[in-house]
Amino acid sequence: MARASRATTGGATPQQTRPSDALTRAQKIELFYWMRLTRQLEERLVNLYRQTKVVGGLFRSLGQEADAVGSCFALEQRDVMSPLIRNLGAMLVKGATPLEVLKQYMAKGDSPTRGRELNIHFGDIGEAGVTRGFLGQISPLGDMVPVMTGVTMSFKMRGEDRVGLVYVGDGATSTGAFHEGINFAAVQKCPLVVIVENNGYAYSTPTHKQTAAKHFVDKAIGYGVLGVQADGNDVLATYDATRQAVEHARAGHGVSLVELITYRRKGHAEHDNQSYVPDGEIARWAAANDPIDRYRAVLRAELAVSDDEFAAIDARIQREIDEATDIAERSGTPDAREALLGVYAAPPSEQPLWFRRDADTDAYGQERPESWGTWNADGGKR
Amino acid sequence: MAEITYLEAIREALFEEMARDKNVFCMGQDIGAFGGAFKVTEGLMATFGEARVIDSPISEIALVGAAAGAAHMGLRPVVEMQFIDFIANAYDMLTNYVATARYRAFLPCPMVVRGPSGGYVRGGPFHSQNPEAGFLHTPGLKIVYPSTATDAKGLMKAAIRDDDCVLVFEHKYLYRRVKDVMPDGDHVVPIGKARVAREGSDVSIVTYASTVWKALEAAEQMAAEGISVEVIDLRSLAPMDDEAIFRTVKKTNRLLIVHEDTRTGGIAGEITARVNETCFEWLDAPVLRVTAADIPLPYAPALEDYVLPQTADIVRAVRRLTAY
Repeated sequence: MARASRATTGGATPQQTRPSDALTRAQKIELFYWMRLTRQLEERLVNLYRQTKVVGGLFRSLGQEADAVGSCFALEQRDVMSPLIRNLGAMLVKGATPLEVLKQYMAKGDSPTRGRELNIHFGDIGEAGVTRGFLGQISPLGDMVPVMTGVTMSFKMRGEDRVGLVYVGDGATSTGAFHEGINFAAVQKCPLVVIVENNGYAYSTPTHKQTAAKHFVDKAIGYGVLGVQADGNDVLATYDATRQAVEHARAGHGVSLVELITYRRKGHAEHDNQSYVPDGEIARWAAANDPIDRYRAVLRAELAVSDDEFAAIDARIQREIDEATDIAERSGTPDAREALLGVYAAPPSEQPLWFRRDADTDAYGQERPESWGTWNADGGKR
Repeated sequence: MAEITYLEAIREALFEEMARDKNVFCMGQDIGAFGGAFKVTEGLMATFGEARVIDSPISEIALVGAAAGAAHMGLRPVVEMQFIDFIANAYDMLTNYVATARYRAFLPCPMVVRGPSGGYVRGGPFHSQNPEAGFLHTPGLKIVYPSTATDAKGLMKAAIRDDDCVLVFEHKYLYRRVKDVMPDGDHVVPIGKARVAREGSDVSIVTYASTVWKALEAAEQMAAEGISVEVIDLRSLAPMDDEAIFRTVKKTNRLLIVHEDTRTGGIAGEITARVNETCFEWLDAPVLRVTAADIPLPYAPALEDYVLPQTADIVRAVRRLTAY
């Protein structure tokens, strides 16, 4: 399925040596570990969500673990990656921990954003070697492309040997920010890889209502950048395509657009019943094209990975998630007064509004929105 | 030393800051070899090179977004909007991304977005706007809008050195019309401090940017009638110098707020509310506003002058205040 677009300037084809051929047996097993960890961590989050311990929505990447893990695995530690909501796997590869993710979802006071942001909206970027190199996303789609243009522009200006990678979905390619960001990066020859995860749906909108282009990779031609397309459910193909793009960037050749074709087996978020999906489509992908099942077969056939080895990986993951859950559940909620800190570097804090000056801050977070609307217009309780 | 214009003062600030700190760089449309639509950045590229003076595509979203990304990594970008009207294209990036960065993600965003603003120049609906109020509403952004050449330089230098994102509104009518001799040395004007542009005792006018000059004209006319008008130039809109506003209200007990921006949802309404909450007992008259009418700014001189606040309007408002 790997397909180089007409904008391709060369590089490996499936017949030639693939970058993944250079991966060791341990590294190939590590890829499996990250995919499996992603899925198991999300399964744990589903349990916590059903126990109402997840404060907000829950966003799954079921069926997309290979594209997130394989692509991010093509980066070095010093590189910077900007994930989207389906890229938990990429964040784990880049050093985010299950404990951080669990605390984020549960809005804990010692979560990476101290309860200010949701789910996997958190990051750690800055100096190479000091930070893990992933950037916290925001909800408006496409916005992270221009931001990563600036991050990679800084690499170029300072002569740092670092590459940036930004994920967008099929939906985000329709935004102005995507267009402006990739175009500016292309003109400036920034060392940037733009991954378009084509998972078939943007919330409920199918791809054919998002674009009239036959393939997202075809957009690469219009921007004058390298275009690469790969099967996003084949973790090694995903690694290979991204590695080609990363090396292109590292060699000073600028931007590339990598389309990874995958499928979103869950709704936009946990509440979404996927009524818009044709009958049988999800089951078909689950049965015939699950990225973890596919890769397990590859590992068995090509590297003779044994049942015992797979069982050991699962046991390790189970233990890690159990331990992280225990710690996360014991963490406290944020102190309400911290809400006023750190909008600006200076002043460091806002003053409480006058009607809050002597308020009991422990009371906040206890009100139940469910009680709204239970009063009659004349003020009596229904 | 010779006087320099408001525009030259901004240019001087850019030169000095780029020379002082190698992390400072400029991005914008036509700012390099061409020197910018108003020539604010003239000579920068020749001095600092293409790597630090970047001509960009027509992409306000990308300019602001890329500035944020570079700022996260320790650089200090200065982005030019060719006309500040076009900042609307980057509204999402500024309000959703930049303004929230420190709070939601502890990401530093030391960056400046600057551009020619305001009317009285026959520029029509898309080259005359004052969009500052739209950003005042967003926590996380700082806003300055100088009226003098001295402040234009000092506030630009402060903005570049600030660790938060600062929007610098530059009044294009004032670009080549007001001049000052620059103070000696490293001239930095602190963000968040107002200036007493004229001392007075009977009526206070709180204003900023172009209408500071109209207020001063009105004050001069009122002085001839024996009415003493104090004029406060806010200089910074976010953070706003509340203390300076309250001080002048407590001194004169009569407040007029003047701005060139439109009326509804404008900054004058916000100042009125703050004075109401804090200095109600000190007022001898209702707080009044002189602003533009709620109209997209028209092109013909007769139309533009009728929409924008003029000195005669301010005189009329001051007389009404003194009648209480």
